[in-house]
Amino acid sequence: MAQERTDSPEITTSTKIPFWYDPTKRAIIYQVVVLGMVGMVAYYLFTNTLANLERQNIATGFGFFAKEASFEIGESPISYSAADTYARALLVGVLNTIKVSFIGIILTVILGTFVGIVRLSRNWLVAKLAAIYIEVMQDIPVLLQLVFWYAVFYESFPSPRQALSPISGVYFSNRGMVFAVPELQPVYAYMALTFVAGCLAVWALRRWAKKRQEKTGQIFPVFYVSIAILLALPLATWLLGGAPLQMNVPELVGFNFEGGLTFSPEFAALLLGLVLYTAAFVAEIVRAGIQAISRGQVEAAMSLGLKPGQVLRLVILPQALRVIIPPLTSQMLNLTKNSTLAIAIGFPDFVSVANTTINQTGQAIEGVGLIMVVYLFFSLSTSAFMNWYNKKVALVER
Amino acid sequence: MRFFRVCAVVVAVVFIATASVAIAGETLDAVKKRGYLIAGVNGGVFGFSMPDEKGVWKGLDVDTARAVAAAVFGDADKVKYVPLTAVQRLPALQAKEIDVLCRNTTQTLTRETANGLNFAHVNYYDGQGFLVPKKLGVKSAKELQGATICVLPGTTTELNVADFFRANNMRWRPVVIEQTTELSKAFFGGRCDVLTSDLSQLAAHRAVAPNPTDYALLPEIISKEPLAPVVRHGDDQWYDIVNWTVMALLQAEELGINSNNVDSMLKSENPRVQRFLGVIPGMGKALGLDDKWAYNIVKQVGNYGQIFETNVGVNTALGIPRGLNEQWYKGGLMFAAPFR
Repeated sequence: MAQERTDSPEITTSTKIPFWYDPTKRAIIYQVVVLGMVGMVAYYLFTNTLANLERQNIATGFGFFAKEASFEIGESPISYSAADTYARALLVGVLNTIKVSFIGIILTVILGTFVGIVRLSRNWLVAKLAAIYIEVMQDIPVLLQLVFWYAVFYESFPSPRQALSPISGVYFSNRGMVFAVPELQPVYAYMALTFVAGCLAVWALRRWAKKRQEKTGQIFPVFYVSIAILLALPLATWLLGGAPLQMNVPELVGFNFEGGLTFSPEFAALLLGLVLYTAAFVAEIVRAGIQAISRGQVEAAMSLGLKPGQVLRLVILPQALRVIIPPLTSQMLNLTKNSTLAIAIGFPDFVSVANTTINQTGQAIEGVGLIMVVYLFFSLSTSAFMNWYNKKVALVER
Repeated sequence: MRFFRVCAVVVAVVFIATASVAIAGETLDAVKKRGYLIAGVNGGVFGFSMPDEKGVWKGLDVDTARAVAAAVFGDADKVKYVPLTAVQRLPALQAKEIDVLCRNTTQTLTRETANGLNFAHVNYYDGQGFLVPKKLGVKSAKELQGATICVLPGTTTELNVADFFRANNMRWRPVVIEQTTELSKAFFGGRCDVLTSDLSQLAAHRAVAPNPTDYALLPEIISKEPLAPVVRHGDDQWYDIVNWTVMALLQAEELGINSNNVDSMLKSENPRVQRFLGVIPGMGKALGLDDKWAYNIVKQVGNYGQIFETNVGVNTALGIPRGLNEQWYKGGLMFAAPFR
């Protein structure tokens, strides 16, 4: 408001005007003043908070990290017991959040892409079903959906003693889905190594095939050969390792199943709720991306003799992805952030564990700060990855 | 030049705003100025704090908060109830969102020190137990190897049950849900084998269960849970008011004063009664309150025995006997310090 332009001809000799009439200098002064004020407020809030905490005798700092947590956590990808430290308990929370977000994002992208493409189908029934799915899922609050799925899991499945077993080694009960997994063997580690080696081989093969096609025009069946390599290498390792077949079969002991791998109702409800909800948004994003490509592109590709699969893979998707990726990134972030609703249905995600920690230690400021830092980190790393991918698929201007 | 004036105003406003935060008055002044008490309650435990079908808050903890309001304002209805989960309750008190926490909260050393809180006189002596469906056929908590247990997060019960299973070298799996009502729904829906909490809460949950007779309490009581109203560290006057409000409820019962006979008791010759009811002035003034404070509490809320019997006693759906919560001269633990 104070930046009136002083372009009247008589004040062109700038040496004579005092600095408060010089808009550039004045602007700098304003900024310094504002910055100073912000700094003062921040300093005040910080010292005031510390003083208040001290007055109320509330402990400060992160010393509690090394103390024994002494509370149990329902499920954990790493070993954890009540005798472990708060730091480890919080780590369990972080890993649980990563687990549900990572699997959730992958399933969401797959389901969303599928529904988005189906939504454009020429089959009336299929297209309408997809439309109904999208509308219904988008319009019901995700918290409600989570509570609904959770209730479905524990209300409609039988108790462990009457567990349903559709195939041997798999049990459904209100304790979750339990299924047999192979007993841990050293050979599995080697199989993983050969799988990585297989991936490298496939990457080299693709480069070679592309070069050869550019030179000679011959097309090499990269897809089938890749799959063969990826499967054959670990399989060969397994056979060489003596083909171990021992399974860790779940057994009903007392109240619950022991052994095997369990998907708890909390995890299943959270994953299902988040995926179904977010996939509806992703579907619309995918539809928009595909519709953004003019019909002429497809016609041109067809007239060049490309097959429908090739049209999708070589013409439509590379262009559609440019439209899809930025909004898709924000949906991924939404899913990660919405996973904090786990607290309503008892899945021990990071917020749940951090809240318990806050309550048991009484250190709310540190706890909330930690929650913010962790989710900021999740969001920034997801964004960084997606921005990198976005750059990769972006239109190369010629 | 207008900009400088704006700047000056902004600076002034910032200073005033922040300064007023820094010298915020003592709790009693703040409560009086506001005109009503803000009490943190559970909101989901029948008999302790829960709105009835007409939306009127009822329960032992609610009556404790009402007694504080009666002491401060002479009007027990000047309370705003804030339902809080176990996880929210302590930060809400620390952050001054509530004046007093009457939410079946257990007094512990950590909470009184590192959490910066002060516990007033206990208004309910409790212990932690286990509720199981009868069809499970369990007779003792020692048989719970591998059980799935529903427990509220951020509670002492969550820590006690972990201790119990560690001490007995048994495995278990917790299901922690923050909302009390959601947790009990999950238990009665069959998600857990066991629900663990304070015995009073288990009785409350069972009272509102679809089939209360299908569930049984296990004999083990694995902890001591003295439940008391909580205030912040650093405001001794407010602490005294809350502390002596609970004592007044107990003292009234000991003196045989209840909400029906309190007016006739004003004419009592007993100097203890006269001091208590403010006929001989001094007690209220010492607390910074009206000398009629104890009279108002008893007249509008009742004495401890009345509150206990109407909310949780043997004739209610909870059917809890006085037990530890009986007066000291009848073998209980309720013992008010002298009013002099």
